[in-house]
Amino acid sequence: MSMFLTVLPFLVLVFVFSYLPLAGWVTALYDYKPALGLTGSKFVGLQWFEMLVSSPTQVRQIAQVMTNTLAMSFLGIATSLLPVFFAILLNEIRWKWFRNAVQTLTTLPNFISWVLVYMIAFSLFSTTGLVNSTLLDWGLITMPVKFLDTDQHVWLTMLAWSLWKGLGWGAIMYLAAITAIDPALNESARIDGANRFQIMRYITFPHLMPTYVVLLILSIASILNNGMEQYYVFQNAFNKEFIQVLDLYVYNIGITGSSLSMATALGMLKSVISIILLVTANAIAKRVRGTSII
Amino acid sequence: MPTTANVTSPTRRARGDIPFEIWNYAGFLIFALLCGYPFYYLIINSISANDVSALGDVRLWPEGVHLSNYSQVFQLSGVGNAALISVARTVIGTACSVLASAYLGYMFTQERMWKRSFWYRSMIFTMYFNAGLIPMYITMKTLGLTNSFWVYILPAVVQPFFIILVKTYVESMPRSLQEAAEMDGAGTVRTFLQIMLPNMTPILATIAIFSAVSQWNSFQDTLLFVTDQKLYSLQYMLYTYINQASSLAAAAQNVQGGDLSAIASAATSQTPTSIRMTVAVIVVLPIIFVYPLFQRYFVKGIMLGAVKG
Repeated sequence: MSMFLTVLPFLVLVFVFSYLPLAGWVTALYDYKPALGLTGSKFVGLQWFEMLVSSPTQVRQIAQVMTNTLAMSFLGIATSLLPVFFAILLNEIRWKWFRNAVQTLTTLPNFISWVLVYMIAFSLFSTTGLVNSTLLDWGLITMPVKFLDTDQHVWLTMLAWSLWKGLGWGAIMYLAAITAIDPALNESARIDGANRFQIMRYITFPHLMPTYVVLLILSIASILNNGMEQYYVFQNAFNKEFIQVLDLYVYNIGITGSSLSMATALGMLKSVISIILLVTANAIAKRVRGTSII
Repeated sequence: MPTTANVTSPTRRARGDIPFEIWNYAGFLIFALLCGYPFYYLIINSISANDVSALGDVRLWPEGVHLSNYSQVFQLSGVGNAALISVARTVIGTACSVLASAYLGYMFTQERMWKRSFWYRSMIFTMYFNAGLIPMYITMKTLGLTNSFWVYILPAVVQPFFIILVKTYVESMPRSLQEAAEMDGAGTVRTFLQIMLPNMTPILATIAIFSAVSQWNSFQDTLLFVTDQKLYSLQYMLYTYINQASSLAAAAQNVQGGDLSAIASAATSQTPTSIRMTVAVIVVLPIIFVYPLFQRYFVKGIMLGAVKG
């Protein structure tokens, strides 16, 4: 019991920051105004949920937000094999110092904040940035190109930045999995006359698949959770329509647009769907692999 | 890095081997440069003559090297304070979450604890859901944590993932270590402090480094919960600097006015570009220095996480 008492303060923190906020879900049933508090706000029942599906402007907006959310998630999933290839190919590099240098440089972006990524994007791609000033100097363009303030290719640009940030780090786990492959396997394949490409294709690649499948299932389960930081920092008046993912939209209408209740309703739906997806994914993984992933 | 082993070294020559080698090296060289160059670009711009950097003409090497940007930028209102906040939250936040993870990870291995697995599970469960942004905001507001320094620290104290790491680590340590201490009459807490804690340092180093990076990089909590400028972190300052060119230009003027000793020459007078670049380098430099040194801890951290899954 005394053991429990020393742990209690920490459990209180868990309760306060993870479970207590769930009580905030009731604000979805009110027309919540922070100044009035919950007791002063009007009880409106399911009005916000109804609005999500009935008001035409709202429906159009939500549809666009959902399209953005799913598009970015699917682009992420579609490129999820890249770290596998990255690892397999990097493993073929024999120059050890080169391999280490590549690994250090390509994993570094994973450890900087999205604000800094945006700073880099800004200093390279703004109208006065490096790329534009270089292209102008070389006479390839006569007017600066608006790479950032545009509604063109927003999804692909966002994908490119997340790949820049995450590809090298994403490969780390696969590189470690490659070291775990029994060298005898490669050896016997070689004796049987396999060349390096056949070894990559028929030994290394299949060995990485179990890890890949787990990560893939997890990423499908978190299809609605893009997070908001990346999209928030890159957001501007031009790209807003295509960059607003669910998390960012909840922030935008809740904190800046101050329709707190609507945002809560939306966030609540998202949390519930996410947990259902995760449980389903876990059940599938249990079926397929025999062990759960969470 | 120790994670790579070239398991396919002496392989039979295949057709297309040489072109493959060339493309492979070239491909990785290009991607590595794409990853590394932006950092180099920020650094050379922050130390170049400010009138040149403002034109975007510093591309391959610094021009008119000077370091005065780094002293001048701290004269901007709020930058010094933001640096202090960032350092404070990194140091205090990391210390708290490392100690808490060590203690909880150890305690959750103790079978005598009351309802141990229930508490453990309800803590782990929080990794997989969150109530959402607005309920979190309302909670923080209700608790009076908005516009408080503690909003940076308290929610980060209990980190389920780190606790799993410590718990797994402790479980792999020889039981006899603990038993010997208890035989000698040491209580649970004393056993923790004197025996377990010193033996956990490898895993704690991994946790510390992850925790420090995430505290240093944190931006969203300032955005959501803080409007008081005294509590702005460096990350948040940088974000406002990128987006507010005009007020930044005004701030740049003020730096000149305040600095009597320096004759405001074009090369050292602040421009929005020089301020942004310099603050960005201040934000990124700790990561650039720390990351290569502690890379193996980062790698170990992710591997341990994978073992659990």
